[in-house]
Order: sequence, then C-alpha cells, then structure tokens
Amino acid sequence: MNIQNPDGYTTADGREIGGVMMEMKNITLRFGGVAAITDISFDIRQGEIRAIIGPNGAGKSSMLNVISGFYVPQEGEVWFHGSRRPAMKPYQVAAQGIARTFQNIALFEGMTVLDNIMTGRLTQMKSGMLAQALWWGKAQAEETAHREKVEKVIDFLEIQHIRKTPVGRLPYGLKKRVELARALAAEPKLLLLDEPMAGMNVEEKEDMSRFILDVNDEFGTTIALIEHDMGVVMDLSDRVVVMDYGKKIGDGTPDEVRNNQAVIDAYLGVSHD
Amino acid sequence: MKATQAQAGLASIPALLARNVAQHGSKPAYREKEFGIWQSWTWAQADAEIRAMAMGFMALGLNRGDYVAVIGRNRPQLYWAMVAAQMCGAIPVPLYQDAVAQEMAFVLDHCGARFVVCGDQEQVDKILEVESEWLTEDQKPSVEQIVYVDKRGMRKYDHSRMNAMADVIAEGQAAHHRFEAELTARTAELDYNSTCVMLYTSGTTGKPKGVVLSNRNIIETSKNTADFDHLRAGDEVLAYLPMAWVGDFIFSMGQAMWTGFCVNCPESAATMMTDLREIGPTYYFAPPRVFEGQLTNVMIRMEDSGRFKKWLFDKYMAVARRVGPDILDGKPVSAADKFAYWLGDILVYGPLKNTLGFSRVRVGYTAGEAIGPEIFSFYRSLGINLKQLYGQTEASVFITQQPDGQVRADTVGVPSPGVEVKIADNGEVFYRSPGTFESYYKNPESTASTKDPEGWVATGDAGFFEEDTGHLRIIDRAKDVGKMADGSLFAPKYVENKLKFYPSILEAVVFGASRDFCTAFINIDLNAVGNWAERNNIAYSSYQELSQHPRVLEMITGHVSEVNESVAADPMLSGCQVHRFLILHKELDADDGEMTRTRKVRRKVVEDKFSDLVGALYGGKSEIYTETEVTYEDGRKGAIKATLTLADAAVAPAQKVAAE
Repeated sequence: MNIQNPDGYTTADGREIGGVMMEMKNITLRFGGVAAITDISFDIRQGEIRAIIGPNGAGKSSMLNVISGFYVPQEGEVWFHGSRRPAMKPYQVAAQGIARTFQNIALFEGMTVLDNIMTGRLTQMKSGMLAQALWWGKAQAEETAHREKVEKVIDFLEIQHIRKTPVGRLPYGLKKRVELARALAAEPKLLLLDEPMAGMNVEEKEDMSRFILDVNDEFGTTIALIEHDMGVVMDLSDRVVVMDYGKKIGDGTPDEVRNNQAVIDAYLGVSHD
Repeated sequence: MKATQAQAGLASIPALLARNVAQHGSKPAYREKEFGIWQSWTWAQADAEIRAMAMGFMALGLNRGDYVAVIGRNRPQLYWAMVAAQMCGAIPVPLYQDAVAQEMAFVLDHCGARFVVCGDQEQVDKILEVESEWLTEDQKPSVEQIVYVDKRGMRKYDHSRMNAMADVIAEGQAAHHRFEAELTARTAELDYNSTCVMLYTSGTTGKPKGVVLSNRNIIETSKNTADFDHLRAGDEVLAYLPMAWVGDFIFSMGQAMWTGFCVNCPESAATMMTDLREIGPTYYFAPPRVFEGQLTNVMIRMEDSGRFKKWLFDKYMAVARRVGPDILDGKPVSAADKFAYWLGDILVYGPLKNTLGFSRVRVGYTAGEAIGPEIFSFYRSLGINLKQLYGQTEASVFITQQPDGQVRADTVGVPSPGVEVKIADNGEVFYRSPGTFESYYKNPESTASTKDPEGWVATGDAGFFEEDTGHLRIIDRAKDVGKMADGSLFAPKYVENKLKFYPSILEAVVFGASRDFCTAFINIDLNAVGNWAERNNIAYSSYQELSQHPRVLEMITGHVSEVNESVAADPMLSGCQVHRFLILHKELDADDGEMTRTRKVRRKVVEDKFSDLVGALYGGKSEIYTETEVTYEDGRKGAIKATLTLADAAVAPAQKVAAE
C-alpha cells in the first residue's frame, strides 16, 4: 500500500483508490474583510473517503461550498478530472456529478420521502416541464426509469417502510438518511457530506457509518465529508485534511494526523507565553 | 385413518408443484414486493426457477440425503430453495433468521448441513462466525457450500465455496442437458415416506430437537385442513412469520402447494403492515400479540381523532359488539340490528378493516398463547372470521381447530380432520394423526418418550373436552396442573391468564396446590396503573406506594372478583377461584431469578422466596411487614421493606351444569 503512488493504490481492506479526481489549488475565500479560507491546497482521489476536520469556524463548510460551486473563491483554482473548472453555478456543478447533503437538513418537509428523493434526479430529467406536468409522452417513460433508480437507492438505504411518509413526520436520524438518499439518487461521482452524523445517537451513527462505507464500496463513489466525531473520522476516512482559522494545518492518513503537533495544539489548545 | 397410498402420485412437494404447473400454470404462485413494486411469478415461472436452482445445486455437488440449511427472511427464492433441495433428494432445514451464531452452531452441527442458503450478508457472516468461533476442537465444519440471495456487500468475500443464487440458477440453466435426466430420476424417487422437511423446535428446555416431517405428514395435514377451511387456488396469504416455524411451512408451503394459492412475501419486516394492506390476504395467521398491537394502535388513533369520528366509532362498535359475532356465525338477528350493522359496515367496519388489511380475510387464525377475549371479539365483531387453533411442530401444526360458526375465545376447537385426541387420567392431552412426526433426528430416546408405539404423542398440555360442545379447552402445562386439598382440579395458569387480560395486571401467580383454597400474588402494570392514577388525581411517589394505594387495591379486588365469577362458571375449575390475594411491592424480575429471561414466572422460586407472604395469605392476617432482597442491574444487592395489605376477593358459588 503505497499511498504516495500518483496512479493509485489498494487499501488494507482491499478497496481500489485511483488517481487524483479533484484538486484544490491555493484556494482563498474572503467575505468582505474576513478571510474564511486562506491559501489551501489539497486533492481528493478517485474512490477514497476524504475527511475535512477542524474546530468550529475553521472554514470546513466554506470549503465544501467551494467544491460544490456555491461559493466562488477569490483566488485559486479548482481542478476536476484533470481540467480547470471555471466559475460555475451549483446546478452546473451538480450536473458534473457532485452531490451533497447539508449540515442543517434541507429537505422538503411537506413532501414524501419518495418525492424528496426523486428531486435528486432533477438534473437528469430531459423532458420539459409541461410534458412532466401532464405526464405525457416521453415524460412518462422517463419518470419510470428515474423511479427505478430511486427505488434502488431506497432499497440500498433500507427506508422502504417510510417511502410514502411526509418527511416532516420523520425522526432526525431518518431525515439524515433521506438526505443521503436524495444525494445518492443523483448517482454522483463525488459525494459531499456536511456533518452526516451530527446530533445522532451511537446506534444511528453506526448505521450511517455503515451506509457511507457501503456507498463507497458498492458504487465506488468518492466521498468528502466533514465530521466532528473523531472516532468516526478516524475509522472511516482514508485521508484527513485538518483546518484551523481558515488555514490547512495538517493533511495525511488518520494516524499521521493524530500525531501531528499542530493538529493536537489546535484541538487541545496551546499556552501562549 | 392412516392414508398409506398417495393420491394419484401426489406424494411429494415437487409432485404437487408439477400438478400446479399443469393446472394453474399461468396463475400467480409467488409475489414479492421489491423496489416498491409487487413482482410476481406464475406457477410455470416458479417451476422453471426451481428446476434451474435444483440443477445448480447438483452442479455444486448436492447429494441425496444431504441437509440444506435455509436462513433468511421470507423470500420466494428461499421457499424455492427448499423445494429445489427436495427435488435433489436432499432435506431442507429452515433456521430462525434472528438466531445468533452460537445457537446456529448447534443446529448446523447436529444436522451436518453441507449446503447453506442464506438470505443476505448478515446470515453469511453468521455461518462464517460459527465456523471460526463456535465449533469445538473435535468438530469439523460441515458446511461445504454457501449460496446467498442478496448480493449486497458480498463482493469481497472469499468465493471459493460461495455463490450468488443468481449464478447458481444460471449455471443450472446452462447445464440442464447434463442434469435434467438425473434430476427427474431423483424427483421421481420421492414418496410419502421420504422426509419433506426438518424443523428444529425452539427448545425452551435443553437443546433444540430436529423434528423430522415426512411428505405424508405435510401433505395429508395440508389436504385435510385446506378442505376444512375451504382453501382454494386464488386465495392469498402473506408469508411474514419465521420460515423455521412449522406454521409457516404448512401455510406457505404445504397448503400453498396443495391448493395452489399464492404466497406473498413482504418487502421487509418493517413494511409488513403496509404490504398486508396492499395484498389484502384471504387467509391470515398471526400470534395474539400482533392482534393486540393492532387493536392498541386503532384505539390510540381513535382517542386522537375528532369528536364526531370518535362518537361514530363508539356508537357503531357498540352495535358490532352486540350483534357482530352472531351475524358472523349466521345466527338469527333482528332486522333493525341487521340494518344498523349494515350501516356500521359502510361507515366504520369496512374502512377500518381496509386500513388493517383485513377486508378480504375469509379465514384467520391465531394460536400460540391465550388471546384476550376482548381482543378476540373485537375482530370477530368487525366481521373478520378469526378463529383459534391448537397445535405443535410434532403434529405438523394441527391438533384442534375451530369450525366456522363455532368460535369462542376460551376453546381451541374440535380435533382437526384425521386427528384423534384423548385425555389421559392426569388431564394431559394426547393426539395421533397422519401429521404426527416421524422422529426426532438423532435422538431415539426423546422420540420414544414422546411418541408411544401406537403413535400417540404427549403434548405436555393439560386440557379437557367440554361436554356439551365437544370443544377442547387447554388449561395449563400438564406439569403445573395439580389437585387441591379437596381433590378438585388446580390449574394456576388458567386463572393467571384471565387475570393478566386486565391491562392493570402485569403478572399474577396463583397458589393452591394441596390447599383448601387459592390465593394469588398480583403485580400491577406501572404504565397502565400509573396512567390511571394520573387521570384520577392519585398522587404516588414510588411503585411500592402505588401498589399499596387503597384505590388500586379496590380496583384490583374488583378484577379478581370478576375473574372468580368467570372461573366459577366452569364446573371443572370452579375450585380455582382466588379467595385472598396481595399486590406485590416489587415487580417480579429476571435479575432476581423470579422469572426466566423470556419473562415466564418461576412458580417454585416465587413461592419459596415469598414464603412469609404465602403463609400470611393462608394464615388469615390482614397486614404483613416484609423485607425483600433485590438485585440491581449492576449486581449490587439491596432490600425493600414494605407493609402489605392482604385482601379478600368475592367468591362466586360454583355453578352446576344444567343436565342435558
């Protein structure tokens, strides 16, 4: 297992990690006078689970928003599949195969689980709005095909029993799973998870961890996640980026990061004398 | 009545399958909801899959006489795997899917299964765990081939002796020229005496025992009982109970094959209620707790509904309770009542049955334990033909069952067709039937002690036939039944069950063997009584205080007196009325050894531990001070001190049966 090999390597548990899929080069993001991200570079490899960690306010979510195209950095370049990505709208980024979940669940509360997950297929629907509204002609066949994809995701995440339940009535842990389902329905190449386990109990965390691993394993989906639970991060991820005050202070395997003095200082604090 | 000749060559499950293909080839045989859609297979399609599967098994080396363990939730592929195994001359052994590896280790080793068919990764993991951790030094793993249905998560496993079911079927199809003749020959060898299935009894006492059931057992039983209830092709069942349970094998395999009705498998355990509603089975089985749970849900939702709906529900449920059971039994009812019931059916019962998924139920059964009379009559009053049966694995389920129109909550019906039942002197129920099991696998001692040379099998339950109706009533486990001082029958469980039907009573222990009268310990149900106390403004600070509250005592006294009245109505058991009782100051608990882990009261332990209280009940005191040692969950011990009130309950005079 040579993690430095640019063409890829095989992990200890037998997963194939490929070459670089996405590369962030010297990203700087400012909101007025506040620098949220300062000169950060890192890469995400094909097939890996990449964690971004750091104390509150470190700029992790901003980083995820840069990847998803929601924020356009003032400086720096985003490279995706070997070419530089111009400034894009989020929906254009989504069309490139990047899907995400949100730190604060962003589902349509009044709609059923099924309808929510169907929205994950929106970027891939070709027929026009009128045809879809009338459910006529090509739209009919198209919806059936999309529904099939969605049902596979429902089966995968084991949420058949709440298929027709309005999301507003679901407990928090299931909502999180539905959000993951919606992201998966888009069949992403890169999946961004913003604190997928925040506020969950141990059992829900275990379930979610298993689903994340299964997604990565079954579909070969590359995953970038932000998470606060160190146990989860260390167990799940192949490589970890550590941020603090908008700067990168560490990058490497969980073991390397764990022993990095700058990281320890950031988390435990350091005396200023 | 022992049928020795199979009907026109229909002497095995595969033979029945072939007949169904010929008679109902294009009708649905199996359905399973997957990806949100009911997928269905006709008899012809199922047959093609099963044959390919059987040839695939042969390609993997399945021999005559091999045991094939089948583990997983109810899925068509697993039912097919059992038939495919039979076709190859092998014996299917379905196992409980929720068993842990340690429990599976015994069974797998005992039957020496060479093949295991697993539903999914979870079950495969258990098999691998059995081999790596639960076999002793001198045991060598028997499993040579693992076949799994659901491919999820299985990619990285060592596949040197593992195959996906889809691949096995594909291989069987590809190799059909090679195996077709051999398969036909092996299937033709099956007759009434060959083993159809082996089922392990759950084994509350000691190790599980493998019950060997022959084709005669299964097919004769299926035929007799299907005729009894007029089951036919076109009926629908929902297969959701464990495949390792004999009932599921009879309903979803035996009777389905005999009649050619359709077996529907739910999408997952969690969607069972939704799937039930979508399928609308015509033939349905559930243990009492399922019916109880559904009734509770209905009641809670009605409490939350609007005032008009609640009023409508109450009004028409009163009508249903009054005349519903009579209408169902075809007894005469006044025209006004008929009209009220008809209206109620449109406004309340119909929609309610639809919501519950019972709109089309023609025959429904419950068994396994006593069902509360209120629960039972609730469903009957809605017009659902819910009945009771009594049976066990060794009988291929059926010993007695209730005929249409003769249904009551307190009997288990008349002997099933072809079954002889006799009551021994000590009250124990014996039966002999075409469904009586062949033997316990590798256990001749147990076989001999259970089944005598003439074929009579002891059930271990005590009961009696009602003189006027000829219906069997089960009163208790035979070993718990005793005699009172005056020689009358003492059946504690019978009385305890009646007490426990009250929501406020969690547990009851009745004493009285060799005594002049019966007494009882009562445990209140903290949820139910606490809720009641809240509604009635009764303040309490602990379980102990609530249990000794005069109002609670008053309520429980009322319940005990009511039970006495109903016990007195029974001439055989009128001696079991509870004269004196007390409410225990602590809940009986498994940690204190007073109950088993499956929450069955250990009568002897309770009697010894609280001997001072038992003495006081018989000593005529009205109060007693007691100290009890308790064990906390972390193993520490403590003591509770309490002064308990001993109460007298009203005793009804024994009723004489009117001479007929």
